[in-house]
Amino acid sequence: MLEIVLLGLNHKTAPVALRECLAFSPDETSAVLKAFQESPVISETVLVSTCNRVEILMATEDKPNAVRTAKMFLSEFKKLPASEFEKSLYVHKGDDAVRHMFRVASSLDSMVVGEPQILGQIKEAYKMATLKKTSGVILNKLLHRTFFVAKRVRSETGIGDHAVSISYAAIELGRKIFGAFEGKKVLLIGAGEMAELAVDHLIRNKVGDILVANRTFENGVKLAKRFKGNAIRFEEIADSLERVDIVISSTGSTDYVVTRKQVKGIIRRRRNRPIFFIDIAVPRDIDPEINRLTNSYVYDIDDLKGVIDESIENRNKEAIKGERIVDEAVIGFRQWYDNLDVVPTIVALRNKMDAIAQAEIKKTLLALKHLSDDDRQAITRMTNAMINKILHDPALLLKSNGYHQNKSFYLDITRKLFKLDE
Amino acid sequence: MEILIGITIFFYMLSTAGYVAYLFLQKDYLEKVGVHLISAGFLCHTAWIGYGFVQSGNFPVNNLHQTLSMAGWTITGVFLIFHFRFHLKILGVFAAPLVTLVMVIAARLPSAPDQADNILNSIWLVAHVITIFIGEASFALACGVGFLYLVQEHTIKSKTHGFFFKRLPSLELLDTTGYACIVTGFTMLTLGLITGFIYAKSVWGRFWSWDPKEVWSGITWLLYAALLHQRLTVGWRGRRAAIMAIIGFAVILFTFFGVNFLLQGHHGGFTKL
Repeated sequence: MLEIVLLGLNHKTAPVALRECLAFSPDETSAVLKAFQESPVISETVLVSTCNRVEILMATEDKPNAVRTAKMFLSEFKKLPASEFEKSLYVHKGDDAVRHMFRVASSLDSMVVGEPQILGQIKEAYKMATLKKTSGVILNKLLHRTFFVAKRVRSETGIGDHAVSISYAAIELGRKIFGAFEGKKVLLIGAGEMAELAVDHLIRNKVGDILVANRTFENGVKLAKRFKGNAIRFEEIADSLERVDIVISSTGSTDYVVTRKQVKGIIRRRRNRPIFFIDIAVPRDIDPEINRLTNSYVYDIDDLKGVIDESIENRNKEAIKGERIVDEAVIGFRQWYDNLDVVPTIVALRNKMDAIAQAEIKKTLLALKHLSDDDRQAITRMTNAMINKILHDPALLLKSNGYHQNKSFYLDITRKLFKLDE
Repeated sequence: MEILIGITIFFYMLSTAGYVAYLFLQKDYLEKVGVHLISAGFLCHTAWIGYGFVQSGNFPVNNLHQTLSMAGWTITGVFLIFHFRFHLKILGVFAAPLVTLVMVIAARLPSAPDQADNILNSIWLVAHVITIFIGEASFALACGVGFLYLVQEHTIKSKTHGFFFKRLPSLELLDTTGYACIVTGFTMLTLGLITGFIYAKSVWGRFWSWDPKEVWSGITWLLYAALLHQRLTVGWRGRRAAIMAIIGFAVILFTFFGVNFLLQGHHGGFTKL
């Protein structure tokens, strides 16, 4: 019977320098899958490669050789001697491999627990494997079950709730202040990856106009174009505060770019509408005293990190629930896998036929009350003989040894045809 | 039929329990349970008041027991209306215990009025009482919303996102709901005062008698008028509006109860013990 083996490395076992060397682009994945397909030792393969992990999932009848072959392929394709990466590899077999897959897909093994990208990445990898036809009965069932478990974990636990990045944290806070972002105007002061990511998020949440202020006007214009907004001169910031609702600041300035006096002056003109300052800069751009003004809210980078730390704690608690769901699923998969063997299948088939036969015999004899005992026995014997003869050829085929690669396939078809898995 | 008030209180208590559980556990079905229970209580309450009406033949606000019962009924009614309009789920945590408390107090008071005042029979009076009660119920809810606003604002400003942060809705929703409650309350209060004037003219011959409750109602009206004016012109929203809603309700409580207990006037009949 084919068994499941998983070989891989991730951000916990290998530093990024090594992971970089062993990562597979889509084309490389395609090529290496072909090599796996041609290997006589390995029956089914799925390869998952992301910036944080490489997982080689295989179904094989010869575990040690499969592992050896996989290491060899890695070494050959990536032109790296095996000694360089061997110690970073982990090998999981059977239930452990299944559990590992479930955990990874549910983002329980990710750098940031609860991150949503990994599931999509695994789906892409599986799609590639099905296109290249390197996935078979066992891995198909495993991957389908994996997606199901991942979905369960995401929806039944709070693992994906709450922000774990600066921009998510800012959005969450903004939502608690403004309710909805439609029509709210944003001012971006300065530039920088985190600040721009936050603006992207706001745009995705349907925020209104975007203004960009930069000490160098040309840079501001460029950035504004990217967000389909307008650039303003640095000196116009104080006046713009009257019109904007969310201010994201990320400049290298050592002084406050927005002072308390400036905000106090425009509160009345804003008719007291709330204003939210997100200060990502160090040293800080926004005077923290502004937080004490009415309807004004200032969050600096420490405050945002505080929000994130709380979320991470929450996520870890939710992760425990996720592990329980994974454990249940592993047991369920094991049951399917055990039943996929010849004997259980034939037994199940026999039992089902017998049950049908008994039911029909009972029904028929009830209607034919005038029959003698001998007649009844004759009918019973006939029915049982029919079933024996019908099942004889299928059982023989399933028990035979000539279909190594395809035995699981035949067993799976049999179980599906006769609906033996209820 | 006395059992009706017991059942009503029972439903209100269960609703309170549901809402408190919702506050702590955050499961949606608990909030739905809370709303359904308070609605059931409302139906029983309506039956109870209707019964009182039919029994005595006049509008049941003849003593403190009946007045409180009426107040509880309007608060629940107004809450349900605002609930369906604004979907402010957490407001039930304020409204349910409030009506439960009001009804528990009402139940402990003697229910039979000493005398049925015949003056309580005019349509103007009925309109006056109903609009005033609805107005005050709205202001009560505005006060509750104001509290919630201040709590949520505190969690955001102080950067400590403890128990309440994720359980309370956005400041914007709280502010908007509070505003709607105050506008409704003010409109009703205005109508209530007008119908009161008309009724007073028909019974006593004058619009205004310098009765303490009339005076204090006038003060209340001016207070909320100022609040609304400031909001529309200068933009008194958010924190200031919340605080004013709470102060306003304190004044209302005094106008409603304090005046009756501490001062004399022709509204005394409503709160006879």
